[in-house]
Amino acid sequence: MSETFQPVVLEMSAASIGALRDTSHVVVADVNWSVAAGEFWVVAGQQQSGKSDLLMHAAGLMTPLQGSCRVFGCETRDFGEAQIAERLRVGFVFAGGKLFNQLTVAENISLPLRYQSHHNLPEISSRTVALLEWLELTPFADSTPASLAANWRQRVALARALALQPELLLLDQPLGGLGTRHRQWLLQFLDQLWRGHELSGGRPMTIVATTDDLRAWPHPQRKFAVLDRKTFSVLGAWDDVKSAPHHAVKELLAEPVETTI
Amino acid sequence: MRGNLAKAFQLANTQVFRHATAPKSLTDQLGRKLFLAILTVQGLGAFALITLGVILKKSGGAPGVIRPRVRQEISRAGVALLPMFLFAALALGFLVVGQTVSALAKVGATNYLGSTMVIVIVREIGPLLTAMLVLARVGTANVIELGTARALGEVEALEALGIDPVHYLIVPRVVGMAAGIFALTIYLILGALGSGYLFAFLQDVPLTPGDYFKQITEALNWLDFALLALKTLAFGFFIAIVTCYHGLAQPLRLEDVSRVAVRAVTQGVIVCVFVDTVFIVLYLLT
Repeated sequence: MSETFQPVVLEMSAASIGALRDTSHVVVADVNWSVAAGEFWVVAGQQQSGKSDLLMHAAGLMTPLQGSCRVFGCETRDFGEAQIAERLRVGFVFAGGKLFNQLTVAENISLPLRYQSHHNLPEISSRTVALLEWLELTPFADSTPASLAANWRQRVALARALALQPELLLLDQPLGGLGTRHRQWLLQFLDQLWRGHELSGGRPMTIVATTDDLRAWPHPQRKFAVLDRKTFSVLGAWDDVKSAPHHAVKELLAEPVETTI
Repeated sequence: MRGNLAKAFQLANTQVFRHATAPKSLTDQLGRKLFLAILTVQGLGAFALITLGVILKKSGGAPGVIRPRVRQEISRAGVALLPMFLFAALALGFLVVGQTVSALAKVGATNYLGSTMVIVIVREIGPLLTAMLVLARVGTANVIELGTARALGEVEALEALGIDPVHYLIVPRVVGMAAGIFALTIYLILGALGSGYLFAFLQDVPLTPGDYFKQITEALNWLDFALLALKTLAFGFFIAIVTCYHGLAQPLRLEDVSRVAVRAVTQGVIVCVFVDTVFIVLYLLT
């Protein structure tokens, strides 16, 4: 991507991140983070390090216990009906998909389009068909998510998040539980989205993904951060990751480290 | 959206008390129970008002999604229960109406038949029995479905898609249950009165169908129709509110769902009896 100035789409200042299950419990403290339009961030951390909670805050689904979180310039604490347009500029892919099992794959994907009533039926239909085709889900259109393997459920979740053409895409552990072929496919697809895909009208997408295995994500133009011991640290580019002194980073790169059990 | 649910549930965060060590003295235990009851009533009240607000504010919103869901809920809380209610109407007719008609005929008090039937069947047993049966069949399912959806994170998924969970999950259930209980009560009353006469007829009670139904219609007035409609709609609204509230409010773990379902049904029965009492007072005042 070019190095020209890009507007900030996500900004956290001294934000204390609470846990979803117990909102009074701080899982990450004092987060200072700024994501500019067109960036691709990978946030790494071990299990229970607060990756999902951080993304929930970034999407405006939770509000920080302290500090501020702004999405497209709008404070997430103020998110309500009036800010729905800002909310819809963010797409969220949950770990495991969190699909609606009573709906078919096609219904899951079209649900946000059908709910936002400014879309008419032909538009909804053509958008759903396009998403099914691009994500190779057409054979499963009438299946329910429960009957699909985890690999395909992850794609359905991605298709659902892309339905409203978000500008910022947040993915929680998108590679978790995927087979090798599906991992490769997803990484390539995310790269296409980041550069500008037909599904997003050719517009480059800002992407933030979390992971517990950094080895799958090397790329010179991606930015990296790590969550460790309730602290959020920006690492920089891939070269900085490899030379980072953090013990946690070496673990996330699966390098041999001294462990004490 | 997120605020809608959070507001009601923050008001009634009873988990702190439920997970705390049990108090030793009896008065402390009673105090805790009372405090929990007040918090629950507060939470239910807030949830009911929020749901009413969403119904009024978003009526006609997202018709492509909400209307099919409302139809589905009406079918589930109404049409699908018709066979069970046919059975209940026959049972009620044979067990209560038929015996009452027969007993009144034996003591020569058939003049009181109309008013007795209206008070017993139209005002009380019909609506209350319908509410209890729908609570058992559909209310329980509501708690389990919503509790599971909550535990699996579907509520957060809806919010992430810009969909108001109250609008998508609660409003169709409230409308469906209110419409279902209203319609099923009418069928139950008609079925019970019809089968009751059949039972009395088989016992050779000297009463013609014309006299029987004439007495009932004469005992009915416009207020009975109005209050019956209001009462059944109130039953449906409050049963849906109680069961949806407990389904969505606290449980974030699957193992909590069954325990919460039992609590919701118990509270549903209490709420129905309370609503019924309010209507009895209204009948007495008018």
